[in-house]
Amino acid sequence: MIVVVLPAHLRTLAGVTGDVNLEIEGAVTRRSILDALEARYPMLRGTIRDHVAGERRPMLRFFACSEDVTHDSPDAPLPEAIASGAEPFYIIGAIAGG
Amino acid sequence: MKGSAVDPNRIYASQTSGWFGQIIQRSDDGGETWFQPGTPAGEATTSEDGMPKGESNKFVYDSSEETGKPLTTHQFYDGTLKPWVFKRVWHLEPSLDNPDVVYAGIEDAALFRSADGGQTWQELPALRGHGTGPQWQPGAGGLCLHTIILDPDNPQRIFVAISAAGAFRTDDGGATWKPINKGLHSLYIPDPTAEVGHCVHHIAKHPSNSNILFMQKHWDVLRSDDAGDNWHEISGNLPTDFGFAIDVHAHEPETVYVVPIKSDSEHYPPEGKLRVYRSRSGGNEWEPLTKGLPQENCYVNVLRDAMAIDSLDSCGVYFGTTGGQVYGSSDSGDTWAPIVRDLPPVLSVEVQTLS
Repeated sequence: MIVVVLPAHLRTLAGVTGDVNLEIEGAVTRRSILDALEARYPMLRGTIRDHVAGERRPMLRFFACSEDVTHDSPDAPLPEAIASGAEPFYIIGAIAGG
Repeated sequence: MKGSAVDPNRIYASQTSGWFGQIIQRSDDGGETWFQPGTPAGEATTSEDGMPKGESNKFVYDSSEETGKPLTTHQFYDGTLKPWVFKRVWHLEPSLDNPDVVYAGIEDAALFRSADGGQTWQELPALRGHGTGPQWQPGAGGLCLHTIILDPDNPQRIFVAISAAGAFRTDDGGATWKPINKGLHSLYIPDPTAEVGHCVHHIAKHPSNSNILFMQKHWDVLRSDDAGDNWHEISGNLPTDFGFAIDVHAHEPETVYVVPIKSDSEHYPPEGKLRVYRSRSGGNEWEPLTKGLPQENCYVNVLRDAMAIDSLDSCGVYFGTTGGQVYGSSDSGDTWAPIVRDLPPVLSVEVQTLS
Protein backbone atom coordinates (compact mmCIF):
# COMPACT_ATOMS: atom_id res chain seq x y z
CA MET A 1 0.00 0.00 0.00
CA ILE A 2 1.36 3.39 -1.03
CA VAL A 3 0.76 6.45 1.12
CA VAL A 4 0.44 9.77 -0.72
CA VAL A 5 0.40 13.18 0.96
CA LEU A 6 -1.51 15.74 -1.07
CA PRO A 7 -1.43 19.54 -0.82
CA ALA A 8 -4.40 20.83 1.16
CA HIS A 9 -6.28 22.22 -1.84
CA LEU A 10 -6.09 18.91 -3.68
CA ARG A 11 -7.47 17.14 -0.61
CA THR A 12 -10.42 19.50 -0.77
CA LEU A 13 -10.96 18.80 -4.45
CA ALA A 14 -10.69 15.05 -3.90
CA GLY A 15 -12.99 15.19 -0.91
CA VAL A 16 -10.54 13.46 1.42
CA THR A 17 -8.99 14.26 4.75
CA GLY A 18 -5.53 13.13 5.68
CA ASP A 19 -3.27 10.94 3.60
CA VAL A 20 -4.38 8.89 0.61
CA ASN A 21 -3.72 5.17 0.41
CA LEU A 22 -3.30 3.49 -2.97
CA GLU A 23 -2.74 -0.06 -4.13
CA ILE A 24 -0.33 -0.36 -7.02
CA GLU A 25 0.46 -3.47 -8.98
CA GLY A 26 3.93 -3.69 -10.49
CA ALA A 27 6.71 -1.17 -10.27
CA VAL A 28 6.18 1.76 -7.94
CA THR A 29 7.22 4.84 -9.85
CA ARG A 30 6.07 8.43 -9.94
CA ARG A 31 4.04 7.68 -13.05
CA SER A 32 2.37 4.60 -11.57
CA ILE A 33 1.52 6.51 -8.39
CA LEU A 34 0.01 9.42 -10.30
CA ASP A 35 -1.85 7.07 -12.64
CA ALA A 36 -3.34 5.25 -9.65
CA LEU A 37 -4.12 8.52 -7.88
CA GLU A 38 -5.94 9.94 -10.92
CA ALA A 39 -7.82 6.71 -11.48
CA ARG A 40 -9.07 6.74 -7.91
CA TYR A 41 -9.71 10.49 -7.82
CA PRO A 42 -10.54 11.53 -11.39
CA MET A 43 -11.20 15.09 -10.30
CA LEU A 44 -7.47 15.47 -9.77
CA ARG A 45 -6.74 14.91 -13.44
CA GLY A 46 -5.21 18.02 -14.87
CA THR A 47 -4.30 19.48 -11.49
CA ILE A 48 -0.95 17.72 -11.07
CA ARG A 49 -0.13 16.87 -14.67
CA ASP A 50 -1.38 18.69 -17.73
CA HIS A 51 -4.27 16.84 -19.43
CA VAL A 52 -2.73 16.84 -22.86
CA ALA A 53 1.04 16.91 -22.51
CA GLY A 54 1.09 15.01 -19.23
CA GLU A 55 3.73 17.38 -17.94
CA ARG A 56 4.04 18.25 -14.27
CA ARG A 57 2.61 21.63 -13.34
CA PRO A 58 5.59 23.92 -12.79
CA MET A 59 4.79 24.80 -9.19
CA LEU A 60 4.44 21.23 -7.94
CA ARG A 61 7.24 18.98 -6.75
CA PHE A 62 7.59 15.38 -5.67
CA PHE A 63 9.49 14.19 -2.59
CA ALA A 64 10.37 10.65 -1.54
CA CYS A 65 12.33 9.77 1.62
CA SER A 66 13.47 13.37 2.07
CA GLU A 67 14.76 13.50 -1.49
CA ASP A 68 13.46 15.76 -4.24
CA VAL A 69 12.67 13.34 -7.06
CA THR A 70 10.91 15.94 -9.21
CA HIS A 71 13.47 15.84 -11.97
CA ASP A 72 14.07 12.11 -11.94
CA SER A 73 12.57 10.02 -14.70
CA PRO A 74 8.85 9.45 -14.07
CA ASP A 75 9.52 5.77 -14.64
CA ALA A 76 12.42 5.48 -12.19
CA PRO A 77 11.64 3.01 -9.37
CA LEU A 78 11.04 4.78 -6.07
CA PRO A 79 12.74 3.64 -2.83
CA GLU A 80 11.52 0.48 -1.14
CA ALA A 81 10.26 2.50 1.80
CA ILE A 82 7.79 4.24 -0.57
CA ALA A 83 6.79 0.97 -2.23
CA SER A 84 6.16 -0.66 1.14
CA GLY A 85 4.23 2.28 2.51
CA ALA A 86 6.69 2.87 5.32
CA GLU A 87 7.31 6.37 4.00
CA PRO A 88 4.77 8.59 2.23
CA PHE A 89 5.15 10.00 -1.27
CA TYR A 90 4.79 13.76 -1.02
CA ILE A 91 3.20 16.00 -3.64
CA ILE A 92 4.25 19.49 -2.62
CA GLY A 93 2.93 22.86 -3.79
CA ALA A 94 5.74 25.38 -4.13
CA ILE A 95 5.89 28.18 -1.61
CA ALA A 96 5.07 30.95 -4.02
CA GLY A 97 3.35 34.26 -3.90
CA GLY A 98 5.54 36.35 -1.67
CA MET B 1 -18.57 33.55 -12.35
CA LYS B 2 -22.05 33.72 -13.81
CA GLY B 3 -25.51 32.36 -13.09
CA SER B 4 -27.92 30.82 -15.56
CA ALA B 5 -30.63 33.11 -16.87
CA VAL B 6 -33.19 30.29 -16.77
CA ASP B 7 -32.19 28.68 -13.46
CA PRO B 8 -30.91 31.16 -10.87
CA ASN B 9 -29.70 28.31 -8.67
CA ARG B 10 -27.28 27.20 -11.36
CA ILE B 11 -24.03 29.15 -11.10
CA TYR B 12 -20.78 28.47 -12.91
CA ALA B 13 -17.40 29.64 -11.61
CA SER B 14 -13.86 29.39 -12.88
CA GLN B 15 -11.01 28.91 -10.42
CA THR B 16 -7.43 29.02 -11.55
CA SER B 17 -4.06 28.97 -9.84
CA GLY B 18 -0.44 28.52 -10.72
CA TRP B 19 -0.32 25.37 -8.62
CA PHE B 20 -3.21 23.26 -9.80
CA GLY B 21 -4.29 24.91 -13.04
CA GLN B 22 -7.90 25.20 -14.07
CA ILE B 23 -10.84 24.10 -11.94
CA ILE B 24 -14.49 24.51 -12.96
CA GLN B 25 -16.94 24.82 -10.08
CA ARG B 26 -20.72 24.61 -10.30
CA SER B 27 -23.46 25.28 -7.80
CA ASP B 28 -26.99 23.96 -8.23
CA ASP B 29 -28.33 25.59 -5.08
CA GLY B 30 -27.63 29.27 -5.60
CA GLY B 31 -24.12 29.14 -4.21
CA GLU B 32 -24.76 27.24 -0.96
CA THR B 33 -22.58 24.36 -2.09
CA TRP B 34 -20.15 23.92 -4.95
CA PHE B 35 -18.73 20.95 -6.78
CA GLN B 36 -16.70 20.10 -9.83
CA PRO B 37 -19.13 18.99 -12.52
CA GLY B 38 -18.61 15.31 -13.14
CA THR B 39 -18.06 14.55 -9.47
CA PRO B 40 -21.01 13.95 -7.16
CA ALA B 41 -22.37 17.04 -5.47
CA GLY B 42 -21.77 17.02 -1.75
CA GLU B 43 -21.04 13.31 -1.64
CA ALA B 44 -17.90 11.49 -0.64
CA THR B 45 -15.84 11.02 -3.75
CA THR B 46 -13.78 8.14 -2.46
CA SER B 47 -15.82 5.26 -3.84
CA GLU B 48 -13.74 2.99 -6.00
CA ASP B 49 -16.73 1.85 -8.00
CA GLY B 50 -18.44 3.87 -10.65
CA MET B 51 -16.87 7.20 -9.86
CA PRO B 52 -17.69 9.54 -12.77
CA LYS B 53 -14.84 11.10 -14.55
CA GLY B 54 -14.03 14.60 -13.43
CA GLU B 55 -12.94 16.14 -16.68
CA SER B 56 -14.57 19.51 -16.22
CA ASN B 57 -11.11 21.09 -16.25
CA LYS B 58 -10.12 19.54 -19.57
CA PHE B 59 -9.93 22.02 -22.42
CA VAL B 60 -8.33 20.49 -25.49
CA TYR B 61 -8.14 22.42 -28.75
CA ASP B 62 -10.02 20.67 -31.51
CA SER B 63 -7.43 19.90 -34.16
CA SER B 64 -9.17 16.84 -35.58
CA GLU B 65 -9.55 16.63 -39.34
CA GLU B 66 -13.29 16.04 -39.12
CA THR B 67 -14.41 18.90 -36.93
CA GLY B 68 -11.44 21.00 -35.98
CA LYS B 69 -8.82 23.34 -37.29
CA PRO B 70 -5.08 22.70 -37.38
CA LEU B 71 -3.22 24.15 -34.45
CA THR B 72 -1.11 26.88 -35.97
CA THR B 73 0.84 29.47 -34.01
CA HIS B 74 -0.01 32.92 -32.74
CA GLN B 75 2.14 35.98 -32.15
CA PHE B 76 3.93 36.55 -28.87
CA TYR B 77 4.68 39.97 -27.37
CA ASP B 78 8.02 40.14 -29.16
CA GLY B 79 6.72 39.02 -32.55
CA THR B 80 7.94 35.46 -32.21
CA LEU B 81 5.53 32.63 -32.86
CA LYS B 82 4.04 30.49 -30.09
CA PRO B 83 1.89 27.38 -30.21
CA TRP B 84 -1.58 27.47 -28.76
CA VAL B 85 -1.48 26.23 -25.15
CA PHE B 86 -4.45 26.15 -22.78
CA LYS B 87 -3.80 28.26 -19.68
CA ARG B 88 -7.08 29.22 -18.02
CA VAL B 89 -10.74 30.13 -18.38
CA TRP B 90 -11.36 33.86 -18.35
CA HIS B 91 -15.13 33.96 -18.71
CA LEU B 92 -18.09 31.61 -18.43
CA GLU B 93 -21.32 32.56 -20.21
CA PRO B 94 -24.36 30.36 -19.57
CA SER B 95 -26.86 29.85 -22.37
CA LEU B 96 -29.96 32.04 -22.26
CA ASP B 97 -32.36 29.09 -22.50
CA ASN B 98 -30.62 25.91 -21.31
CA PRO B 99 -28.94 25.71 -17.89
CA ASP B 100 -26.70 22.84 -19.02
CA VAL B 101 -25.24 24.77 -21.92
CA VAL B 102 -22.41 27.14 -21.09
CA TYR B 103 -19.67 28.83 -23.10
CA ALA B 104 -16.10 29.38 -21.90
CA GLY B 105 -13.63 31.95 -23.16
CA ILE B 106 -10.11 30.73 -22.61
CA GLU B 107 -6.44 31.71 -22.81
CA ASP B 108 -4.79 31.06 -25.31
CA ALA B 109 -7.79 32.53 -27.02
CA ALA B 110 -10.51 30.13 -28.08
CA LEU B 111 -14.20 29.57 -27.44
CA PHE B 112 -15.41 26.35 -25.83
CA ARG B 113 -18.90 25.03 -25.17
CA SER B 114 -20.30 22.51 -22.74
CA ALA B 115 -23.72 20.92 -23.23
CA ASP B 116 -23.65 18.82 -20.05
CA GLY B 117 -23.43 21.38 -17.30
CA GLY B 118 -19.70 21.86 -17.51
CA GLN B 119 -18.68 18.21 -17.27
CA THR B 120 -16.99 18.14 -20.67
CA TRP B 121 -15.96 20.86 -23.08
CA GLN B 122 -15.64 21.08 -26.84
CA GLU B 123 -14.02 23.86 -28.81
CA LEU B 124 -15.90 25.88 -31.43
CA PRO B 125 -12.81 25.72 -33.63
CA ALA B 126 -13.94 27.99 -36.45
CA LEU B 127 -13.12 31.07 -34.38
CA ARG B 128 -9.47 30.21 -33.78
CA GLY B 129 -9.22 28.81 -37.30
CA HIS B 130 -11.11 31.35 -39.37
CA GLY B 131 -7.94 32.85 -40.80
CA THR B 132 -6.58 35.68 -38.67
CA GLY B 133 -5.57 33.44 -35.73
CA PRO B 134 -1.86 33.39 -36.61
CA GLN B 135 -1.86 37.21 -36.31
CA TRP B 136 -3.35 37.30 -32.81
CA GLN B 137 -1.11 38.45 -30.02
CA PRO B 138 -1.51 38.66 -26.25
CA GLY B 139 -2.46 41.79 -24.37
CA ALA B 140 -0.78 42.54 -21.06
CA GLY B 141 -2.97 39.93 -19.37
CA GLY B 142 -2.36 37.24 -21.95
CA LEU B 143 -4.04 36.13 -25.18
CA CYS B 144 -7.43 35.77 -23.60
CA LEU B 145 -11.00 35.49 -24.82
CA HIS B 146 -12.73 37.47 -22.09
CA THR B 147 -16.08 38.58 -23.48
CA ILE B 148 -18.93 36.40 -24.77
CA ILE B 149 -22.29 37.98 -25.65
CA LEU B 150 -25.27 35.84 -26.60
CA ASP B 151 -28.22 37.39 -28.39
CA PRO B 152 -31.70 36.65 -27.03
CA ASP B 153 -33.29 37.57 -30.36
CA ASN B 154 -30.95 35.48 -32.47
CA PRO B 155 -29.58 32.25 -31.00
CA GLN B 156 -27.24 31.89 -33.96
CA ARG B 157 -25.44 35.14 -33.18
CA ILE B 158 -22.52 35.33 -30.73
CA PHE B 159 -20.07 38.16 -30.15
CA VAL B 160 -16.68 37.56 -28.55
CA ALA B 161 -13.72 39.80 -27.75
CA ILE B 162 -10.07 38.85 -27.41
CA SER B 163 -7.10 40.78 -26.04
CA ALA B 164 -5.31 41.79 -28.17
CA ALA B 165 -6.95 40.48 -31.30
CA GLY B 166 -10.24 42.34 -31.24
CA ALA B 167 -13.94 41.59 -31.61
CA PHE B 168 -15.49 38.79 -33.65
CA ARG B 169 -19.02 37.72 -34.58
CA THR B 170 -20.76 34.61 -35.77
CA ASP B 171 -24.25 34.58 -37.24
CA ASP B 172 -24.48 30.82 -37.68
CA GLY B 173 -23.97 29.47 -34.19
CA GLY B 174 -20.18 29.40 -34.40
CA ALA B 175 -19.73 27.67 -37.75
CA THR B 176 -18.12 30.76 -39.27
CA TRP B 177 -16.69 33.93 -37.74
CA LYS B 178 -15.50 37.28 -38.94
CA PRO B 179 -13.49 40.09 -37.32
CA ILE B 180 -15.63 43.15 -36.53
CA ASN B 181 -13.05 45.83 -35.85
CA LYS B 182 -13.68 48.42 -38.57
CA GLY B 183 -13.48 51.87 -37.08
CA LEU B 184 -11.18 50.90 -34.24
CA HIS B 185 -8.03 53.01 -34.18
CA SER B 186 -5.14 51.77 -32.04
CA LEU B 187 -1.93 53.81 -32.08
CA TYR B 188 0.03 51.10 -30.29
CA ILE B 189 0.02 48.69 -33.27
CA PRO B 190 1.91 49.08 -36.54
CA ASP B 191 -1.26 49.58 -38.59
CA PRO B 192 -3.66 51.53 -36.34
CA THR B 193 -6.67 50.40 -38.37
CA ALA B 194 -5.69 46.75 -38.85
CA GLU B 195 -8.36 44.09 -39.22
CA VAL B 196 -7.12 42.40 -36.01
CA GLY B 197 -4.67 43.31 -33.27
CA HIS B 198 -6.80 45.69 -31.22
CA CYS B 199 -6.89 45.38 -27.45
CA VAL B 200 -10.63 45.32 -26.88
CA HIS B 201 -11.22 45.32 -23.13
CA HIS B 202 -14.95 44.65 -22.98
CA ILE B 203 -18.20 44.91 -24.92
CA ALA B 204 -21.74 45.44 -23.64
CA LYS B 205 -25.09 45.11 -25.37
CA HIS B 206 -28.64 45.90 -24.37
CA PRO B 207 -30.78 42.76 -24.57
CA SER B 208 -33.45 44.52 -26.59
CA ASN B 209 -31.30 45.40 -29.56
CA SER B 210 -29.17 42.97 -31.53
CA ASN B 211 -27.25 45.61 -33.40
CA ILE B 212 -26.17 48.25 -30.88
CA LEU B 213 -22.92 47.48 -29.09
CA PHE B 214 -20.76 49.52 -26.74
CA MET B 215 -17.03 48.87 -26.39
CA GLN B 216 -14.37 49.83 -23.90
CA LYS B 217 -11.13 49.47 -25.82
CA HIS B 218 -7.65 49.74 -24.26
CA TRP B 219 -8.01 53.42 -25.08
CA ASP B 220 -11.31 54.74 -26.51
CA VAL B 221 -14.96 54.06 -25.83
CA LEU B 222 -16.81 53.12 -29.01
CA ARG B 223 -20.23 52.27 -30.33
CA SER B 224 -21.59 50.23 -33.19
CA ASP B 225 -25.10 50.46 -34.61
CA ASP B 226 -24.71 47.57 -37.04
CA ALA B 227 -23.68 44.62 -34.87
CA GLY B 228 -20.02 45.51 -34.98
CA ASP B 229 -19.60 45.99 -38.73
CA ASN B 230 -18.63 49.60 -38.10
CA TRP B 231 -17.57 51.40 -34.92
CA HIS B 232 -17.24 55.05 -34.01
CA GLU B 233 -15.76 56.69 -30.96
CA ILE B 234 -18.07 58.09 -28.29
CA SER B 235 -15.49 59.03 -25.64
CA GLY B 236 -16.70 62.65 -25.76
CA ASN B 237 -16.02 64.50 -22.52
CA LEU B 238 -14.68 61.57 -20.49
CA PRO B 239 -11.65 62.58 -18.38
CA THR B 240 -9.80 59.59 -19.85
CA ASP B 241 -11.11 56.95 -22.19
CA PHE B 242 -8.94 54.14 -20.87
CA GLY B 243 -10.75 51.57 -18.76
CA PHE B 244 -12.06 48.06 -18.52
CA ALA B 245 -15.70 47.86 -17.40
CA ILE B 246 -18.65 48.94 -19.53
CA ASP B 247 -22.35 48.16 -19.21
CA VAL B 248 -25.80 49.26 -20.38
CA HIS B 249 -28.84 50.27 -18.34
CA ALA B 250 -31.47 47.54 -17.98
CA HIS B 251 -34.34 49.54 -19.47
CA GLU B 252 -32.68 52.45 -21.28
CA PRO B 253 -30.72 51.12 -24.26
CA GLU B 254 -28.98 54.46 -24.74
CA THR B 255 -27.74 54.74 -21.14
CA VAL B 256 -24.18 53.48 -20.78
CA TYR B 257 -21.79 53.20 -17.83
CA VAL B 258 -17.98 53.21 -17.79
CA VAL B 259 -15.35 53.65 -15.08
CA PRO B 260 -12.51 55.74 -16.53
CA ILE B 261 -9.02 54.67 -15.45
CA LYS B 262 -6.09 57.08 -15.70
CA SER B 263 -3.93 55.22 -18.21
CA ASP B 264 -2.59 51.88 -19.37
CA SER B 265 0.38 52.23 -17.03
CA GLU B 266 -1.50 53.82 -14.10
CA HIS B 267 -4.50 51.65 -13.27
CA TYR B 268 -6.46 53.94 -10.96
CA PRO B 269 -9.14 56.61 -11.36
CA PRO B 270 -7.99 60.06 -12.44
CA GLU B 271 -7.16 62.29 -9.45
CA GLY B 272 -7.79 59.38 -7.12
CA LYS B 273 -11.55 60.02 -7.37
CA LEU B 274 -13.63 56.91 -8.00
CA ARG B 275 -16.22 57.99 -10.53
CA VAL B 276 -18.62 56.04 -12.67
CA TYR B 277 -19.50 57.96 -15.82
CA ARG B 278 -22.97 57.68 -17.29
CA SER B 279 -24.16 58.72 -20.70
CA ARG B 280 -27.90 58.94 -21.28
CA SER B 281 -27.43 59.80 -24.94
CA GLY B 282 -25.68 56.68 -26.16
CA GLY B 283 -22.25 58.23 -25.70
CA ASN B 284 -20.27 61.43 -26.19
CA GLU B 285 -21.96 63.30 -23.33
CA TRP B 286 -20.98 61.83 -19.98
CA GLU B 287 -21.75 62.81 -16.39
CA PRO B 288 -19.72 61.75 -13.37
CA LEU B 289 -21.57 59.76 -10.71
CA THR B 290 -19.86 60.35 -7.38
CA LYS B 291 -22.39 60.29 -4.52
CA GLY B 292 -21.29 57.64 -2.07
CA LEU B 293 -18.03 56.86 -3.87
CA PRO B 294 -14.61 57.86 -2.46
CA GLN B 295 -13.54 61.19 -3.95
CA GLU B 296 -10.00 61.32 -2.66
CA ASN B 297 -7.04 58.99 -2.32
CA CYS B 298 -8.70 56.11 -4.15
CA TYR B 299 -6.21 54.12 -6.19
CA VAL B 300 -8.11 51.03 -7.21
CA ASN B 301 -8.96 49.56 -10.61
CA VAL B 302 -12.29 48.21 -11.82
CA LEU B 303 -11.82 45.13 -13.99
CA ARG B 304 -13.80 44.15 -17.08
CA ASP B 305 -16.10 41.56 -15.53
CA ALA B 306 -16.56 43.47 -12.28
CA MET B 307 -19.68 45.46 -13.25
CA ALA B 308 -23.25 44.17 -13.32
CA ILE B 309 -26.76 45.49 -13.89
CA ASP B 310 -29.97 44.13 -12.34
CA SER B 311 -33.39 44.14 -14.00
CA LEU B 312 -35.44 46.03 -11.39
CA ASP B 313 -37.42 49.03 -12.59
CA SER B 314 -35.04 51.46 -10.90
CA CYS B 315 -32.04 49.58 -12.38
CA GLY B 316 -29.41 48.58 -9.87
CA VAL B 317 -25.79 49.00 -10.89
CA TYR B 318 -22.94 47.20 -9.12
CA PHE B 319 -19.19 47.14 -9.44
CA GLY B 320 -16.18 45.76 -7.60
CA THR B 321 -12.66 47.08 -7.26
CA THR B 322 -9.19 45.65 -7.06
CA GLY B 323 -9.15 47.04 -3.52
CA GLY B 324 -11.83 44.57 -2.52
CA GLN B 325 -14.84 46.87 -2.29
CA VAL B 326 -18.16 46.21 -4.01
CA TYR B 327 -20.40 49.24 -4.51
CA GLY B 328 -24.07 49.19 -5.39
CA SER B 329 -26.52 51.76 -6.64
CA SER B 330 -30.25 51.10 -6.55
CA ASP B 331 -31.11 54.20 -8.58
CA SER B 332 -29.34 53.79 -11.90
CA GLY B 333 -26.11 55.21 -10.52
CA ASP B 334 -27.34 58.44 -8.91
CA THR B 335 -26.20 57.32 -5.44
CA TRP B 336 -23.86 54.56 -4.29
CA ALA B 337 -23.11 52.65 -1.13
CA PRO B 338 -20.55 49.97 -0.34
CA ILE B 339 -22.03 46.49 -0.09
CA VAL B 340 -18.85 44.81 1.13
CA ARG B 341 -15.25 45.82 1.62
CA ASP B 342 -11.85 44.27 2.31
CA LEU B 343 -12.28 41.38 -0.08
CA PRO B 344 -9.37 40.25 -2.26
CA PRO B 345 -9.26 41.98 -5.65
CA VAL B 346 -12.72 41.66 -7.20
CA LEU B 347 -12.53 39.98 -10.60
CA SER B 348 -16.20 39.31 -11.25
CA VAL B 349 -19.50 40.82 -10.13
CA GLU B 350 -22.77 39.23 -11.15
CA VAL B 351 -26.29 40.02 -10.00
CA GLN B 352 -29.47 38.01 -10.05
CA THR B 353 -32.93 39.53 -9.75
CA LEU B 354 -35.09 37.08 -7.83
CA SER B 355 -38.86 37.34 -7.68
